[in-house]
Formats: sequence, structure tokens, C-alpha cells
Amino acid sequence: MDRLPKWADAVLVPLLSIVIAFVLSGIVIAAIGENPLNALMIMIDGGLGSTYGWGYTLYYATNFMFTGLAVAVAFHASLFNIGGDGQAQLGGLGVALACLFIPWPNWWLALIGATAAAALFGAAWAAIPALLQAKRGSHIVITTIMFNFIGAGLMLYVLKHFLKPTGSQDPSSADFPAHLELPKLGEILGAVGIPFSKDPPVNVTLLIALAACFLVWVLIWHTRFGFALRAFGKSEPAARYAGISPVRITMGAMLISGALAGMMSINNVMGEAQRLVLNSSEGAGFIGIAVALMGRSHPLGVLLASILFGFLYQGGAELSMWTSIPPQLIWVIQALVILFTGALDNMVRIPVAAAFRKFGKRRT
Amino acid sequence: MAMGDPQGRQATAAPATSVPVLELRGISKAFGPVQANKDISLQVARGAIHGIIGENGAGKSTLMSILYGFYKADAGEILINGKVTHIPDSQSAIRAGIGMVFQHFKLVQNFTVLENVVLGAEEGALLGPSLAKARKVLTHLAQEYELHVDPDALIENLSVGHQQRVEILKALYRQADILILDEPTGVLTPAEADHLFRILANLKREGKTIILITHKLREIMEITDSVSVMRRGQMTTTVKTAETNPEQLAELMVGRKVLLRVEKQPATPGRTVLEVQDLRVKDRFGVERLKGVSLHVRAGEILGIAGVAGNGQTELLEVLGGFATGTGTVRMNDKPIDLSGRHSDGQSRRRDGIAHVPEDRQRLGLIMDFTAWENIAFGYHNDPAYQKNRFIMDNARLLRETAAKMQRFDVRPPDPRLAAKNFSGGNQQKIVVAREIERNPDLLLIGQPTRGVDIGAIEFIHQQIVKLRDAGKAILLVSVELDEILSLSDRVAVMFDGRIMGERIPGETDERELGLLMAGMNGKAA
Repeated sequence: MDRLPKWADAVLVPLLSIVIAFVLSGIVIAAIGENPLNALMIMIDGGLGSTYGWGYTLYYATNFMFTGLAVAVAFHASLFNIGGDGQAQLGGLGVALACLFIPWPNWWLALIGATAAAALFGAAWAAIPALLQAKRGSHIVITTIMFNFIGAGLMLYVLKHFLKPTGSQDPSSADFPAHLELPKLGEILGAVGIPFSKDPPVNVTLLIALAACFLVWVLIWHTRFGFALRAFGKSEPAARYAGISPVRITMGAMLISGALAGMMSINNVMGEAQRLVLNSSEGAGFIGIAVALMGRSHPLGVLLASILFGFLYQGGAELSMWTSIPPQLIWVIQALVILFTGALDNMVRIPVAAAFRKFGKRRT
Repeated sequence: MAMGDPQGRQATAAPATSVPVLELRGISKAFGPVQANKDISLQVARGAIHGIIGENGAGKSTLMSILYGFYKADAGEILINGKVTHIPDSQSAIRAGIGMVFQHFKLVQNFTVLENVVLGAEEGALLGPSLAKARKVLTHLAQEYELHVDPDALIENLSVGHQQRVEILKALYRQADILILDEPTGVLTPAEADHLFRILANLKREGKTIILITHKLREIMEITDSVSVMRRGQMTTTVKTAETNPEQLAELMVGRKVLLRVEKQPATPGRTVLEVQDLRVKDRFGVERLKGVSLHVRAGEILGIAGVAGNGQTELLEVLGGFATGTGTVRMNDKPIDLSGRHSDGQSRRRDGIAHVPEDRQRLGLIMDFTAWENIAFGYHNDPAYQKNRFIMDNARLLRETAAKMQRFDVRPPDPRLAAKNFSGGNQQKIVVAREIERNPDLLLIGQPTRGVDIGAIEFIHQQIVKLRDAGKAILLVSVELDEILSLSDRVAVMFDGRIMGERIPGETDERELGLLMAGMNGKAA
């Protein structure tokens, strides 16, 4: 009954949540004897104060855009895909296989091939839980979270037995051929005359992530499939009345979701590490859930939330480098942001709505 | 033992006849910007049956919820027997002698009648004494008021009419003095409704006060002593029932003159559009819900399916609409259609020329979070006319088309970008009806077309159905409102327990005969 104006819903509420999370973090930092303002300055300076900092922030943001979009697409179909992390790791396997075993003539053909492989492997890993949900009614939350563990085990097995170069002690694949290295954002921007640090790993994948944001927006709000997907997500009985097949939507949404999660690996596996390591996704699949929640499952919201979380990652790394704040505390800050923007959204929304009602009454 | 001692309330032994048993003074209640009740004052005399009538959203339910302690009024006071009484929760209402029979019963299905009656009014830690006492009280009440129910029967085995009696018994067991009934006849057969009215008359004779909330003018005229009309949150009039008539009440409810009868020419039926033979449907528990239904609908006629809710009408619509499976033969325009669900769904039915206004518009017919234009596309979103190219939908065209449809069907407010949930019930239904009728289908399935729809919109929707018929289309109408069936249909088929009990022509039958058929008795015998 009480509805917020669009701008307040999209901007004010998340912003207030972030401020509260930061204030609470500040109290924790003060409690361990560090200066919270100083810590904030270090984070901002390290994450956003230079093109070097921006480079890292955007690198992380690229990961989160893919995993965030993955969760968002499934959300629209009322499916909670918690398996983004496993799907991203399997996507990494696809990238590694494509880069190691296909003799690509140049990086951009390899990028196309690796993107397709990443999407395919990610989608395949999502397909099994999707099928179990669609045909057998096994709850997707349970199956996808179990598939994260199975995926992690599978990756260890594949790396140890097939991809690890003989004689190596490290469960990771051989380095990809050098000519497949993706152009860094610094190089691309440098070519058009914009000075940008070439050191951070942010690369051409960022552009693919931005394109993915746009394409997901088109998919969800401008295609028949997106229409059916949203209808199914809002009301399954109504979707059945309209002749929308639950099996088709569940499968379609989860395959797209898995493909997006898998595509994250072109950024970290091909763009940064240039080899496949154990736990390549480093939990980015889970951050995707927070990103999608905070971004209200809208691609633009996902984009902005990704940058925020990229900043938290990069700023947090700087913080542990320059202060005696232990790295665990960075997780506390990130967890607080997730808690307030995702889980405790109503805690902020309801008072804001009440304030708007009061203010609105006085005005009329 | 939260409900407290049934004996604990003030004695009702001293009814000063001049003091109204219930008085409301200046009750107001707002939900955000919506003023649900505005300065409502009302006096109900002891031993009266007082009707409250009004359109959906007029504020009847809000007012009764305030009286029963579910909501707190923003302003105003409640007087019981002349004393100002605060009712912060339902237990206080019970202590003040108010009993409520809800439209949707609040019974534990796998408890016996006795257990349900005692539930919440147990005395002491052991159940035995309470049950024994309740058994005695129930026997007494049954004799006094014709409220016969087997105390040891499980609720799930009782008919709807009997379940309602249990609700009344619950209230009486808690020594209710003022009984509020919210739309009590919506789920009853005419015979059951008659029995209920006899019970109410008995209660009245014993000095109980009854408040009857309904939108059926006939019931008001039949049983009430006085009636209050609510409109847009205000109590517009309170009159003695004997001094008014249905036309006047309808006008007071809607605020303008309303046509209570549907005006239509005799039908000129053509070829058979839909032919159903031996249609059987099982639910997910394997229970047969349709037990061999055969019927046909011709072009240019309305076949009405009468019956008490839950006798297979829902299953009939679902299987014809393509989202339930069944066995038998169904021919649409002489072409057999698939009932197994393997080669058909809601989409293929629409391609076969079947449009469907489902019984439950909020659960099936609309996506409540979708905008009006998205709901107009809903179900027809694959229509090539709505696509810009192979991939992209033509949202702009849908917006334009929706605006035009909203204009033609007088949907208010005519804003295609407003979410369905923000329209009133009647306007929601107009959106569904506009979507389905404007596809110009060969066959329209329409279930409960005016359930929860205000009188003004009912008139409009009925006219649209007749207009479609006159355009030579076949219409299968399912409704639990006998009045609606009788005034719209060209033929009436009565369903009971998954079977068609018989077919009648509206002009050649009456409610009594149909009522017997609806109760499963062969009308010819009566």
C-alpha cells in the first residue's frame, strides 16, 4: 500500500543500507583500536583513488557482474541459483580446455571460443539441478548448493589427474599460450589516448560483462521468453493457465544463469591467471547473490552493485596491507554490507517508507 | 488457555430494551491514504437481524474487523449495551459477547466437531471435562436452534453447510450475544441457505442479535429487520427493511440507477462449437472429480453451469482450458482436442479458438505484479502481431492497444502502466474480460465472471458476455450465483459431484427445482 518513489527505492534505500553498514564497521574498527576514518580513507584511496585502484575495482566488478546477472536471471523465474560458484569453476574448466587444447591463431578468436566454452560448461553444470527441479521437484537451492561441493571436488580431480603438468606440485593447469593473453583495459584506453594504469588485471572482458548486462535487460523485458520467464516467476499457476511450460522456463532460466556464471571465468582464468587454479572463482559466485539482491535483479542495479563490491574487495585488500586491521575484518565489513543491503533490506525500507508517508502528508 | 473463561464476561441478564445492544459512534479507519471507514455511526437493537450491504471495498469487512478486534479504529467508540467497550483483540470481542462467522471457515480439518468447538476455550489442563461439558452444551444448542451436527464427526467429512453450523456453534458456545456473519450464503446451496435462515430466525427469537454482511439484495429483503448501506467507507443509509426495495438499495449501494436484470434477446443458436463426451478428470490424489460429463455448446448461445462450488466446475474449466488433464472426447469446431496434456497446453487451446476467463482471476487470470499492458499480453504474448521482429516484443504497440482496450471496457484508472494489484476487483476483472473477449474467440469459457465485482461492473460484464453471444460465439458460463446463471444463460446444466444432473431452460424452471438438482436430487421427482 505504501509505495516508495522509484528513485528512493533504487538509490536511497541501498545507499542508506551501505551507510549503516559502514558506520557499524567503523565501530568495530574503533573497537580494535584503529581509526575508522583513516581506514575509510585508505579504502577509498586504494580502491578509487587512482587508475591503478580503479583497475582492480573494475576487475573484481567484472566477476561480480557475471555472477550477479546469473543470480538475477534465475530470480526473475523465482529460482534461487546458489550454485553460481560451482558453475563459474566449471566455466573455468571450459576456458582452460579451450585455451590449452585448441591451437587458436590469435587472442580474439580464442576469446570467442573460450567464452562459448565457459558458457557451455557453466550451463551444463546448472542443467542437472535444473532438470531435477523441473522434472522431479527437487528444490533448486539444495541441489545447486550441493553441486558447488561436487564441482569443487571434480575440479580437484581433473586438475590433479589431467591438467597438472607432470612433475608440478601445484594442482593447477599449465600456463595458457602467451599469445592468448587478453588486452588489458589500460592498453585499450591507452590506444584511444586515455591514460589508465596497465598493471591491474582488468581486461577486455569488462566490455563483454557490460554487453551481458544490456543483453540480459533485453532478454528479461523485451523478449517473449523473458515475458514468460517473469510471468512464471510471479505466479506459477497463472503461467500454467497461460500455457507457459514450467519445465521449459526452469530449464531455460537455469541454463542462461549457469552460462552467465560460467562466463565469469574468461575474466579471472583467461584474463588474469592465464591458467586454471584450484578454487578459481574465489567465492565470486556467492558475492553474486548479494549483488543481485542489492541490484534488485535489474541489470543496471547489478552493474552498480558489482562496482561497489569490487571497491570493497580492492579497498579491503589495501586496508590489510597498510593497517594492522586483520584481513578477517574486511570480511566483516563485506558481510555487513551484504547483511544490510540483502537480508535486512526491509529494516531500512520500512522506516524510509514511513518517513515518505509523513512527509507526503504534510506536503498535501 | 488464552481464550479465557466463557463465563467470565459481564452478565447479559439485564437487557434494558431501549438501549441498543450495539452502538458505533464515529468510527474511522484509514490505511495509508485510503479511508476505509469514515465517521461511521450505527445502532443495532437487541434481537434484531441487521443487514449491512455494500459493494466490494465499501468498508464492510473493515468495520466488522474493528468490531472483532482485528483492527484498531483511528477514531470513534464502540458501545455494548450502552457501555463504552474497548476491543483491542478478538478475545476481548468474545468476552464482550461478540461472535464472528467468517466467510472462510477457521476450523481444524482433522479435528472433530467437538474438538473444534472446545479449541481455545478449554478449561483446565485435562481435555476430558471440557469435552464432556461441550457435548452437553451442543446437545442443548442443537435442540434449541435446529443446529444439528454430529459432535464426533471430523470436519473434513462434513458438508460446507454443516461446517458453517460448527462455526455458529463455536460462537454460541462462547456465549456470543451478537453474532456477525460475513457473506454466509456464498458457499451454500439454496436449501442450505434456507436452513441457515431458519437457524438465524431461531436465534433471533431467543434474543440474540445478528449482523448479516452480504452483497445479495434478496437475502437482505428476506431475513433482515433493518439494513445499513455502505458506500466508499461511509454508512450512507440505515432503513427498515420493510420500508425499502431491492432497486432502491442497489441504487444506494452504487450511487446510480442499476439494471438488476440482464437485457437480452432470445438466442439464435447455430452449429455446435464445443462437444464434450464422457469427460473424466482425476485430481492429484487419484480421486475422480469429473465422472463422465457430456455437454455441448452451440454458436450464439450461453450454456450456464450451475452448482455449488467444488462439484467439478473448476476441473471442467481447467481441462477445457488446457491446464489439467483428463480422458474422454472433446471436439472443438468438429476437431478433436488433446486432453492428455502431452500435445496441448493453454497456448494450443488459444490457437483452437478457446478463450478462458478463469474463476480465480488473482491466482490464474492475472499476474498481480504485472502492469495492465503486460496482463493484456499475458497468454497471447506469442502472438505474431505483438512481435517487432523474431526476438523483440512490440511493447509500444501493446501499450497502445491496452490503452484502447481500457477505454472500451471502461477500466479505471485507464493507466496501462499501473500494476494489476492496484486496480479494484471489478476493474481487474474487466482487464481479464477485455483480454479474452477482444480476441474474438469461437468459445469463451468464463468462470464466476462477477465474483468480488461491484454491481456497476457486473452490469457491464454481463452486457459484454451477451454481446459476444449475439456475435455468434459460444459461451460456457460457470457460476455459483444462481441469479447470474438464470439471467444470463440460454440453457442451464446443473453439476453435482462431478456429473451433470440435468439440463433446464431458464424460463421453464425455478430456483427450487435447480436447488434440488444442485443438492444431487433429481428435480423431476420433486
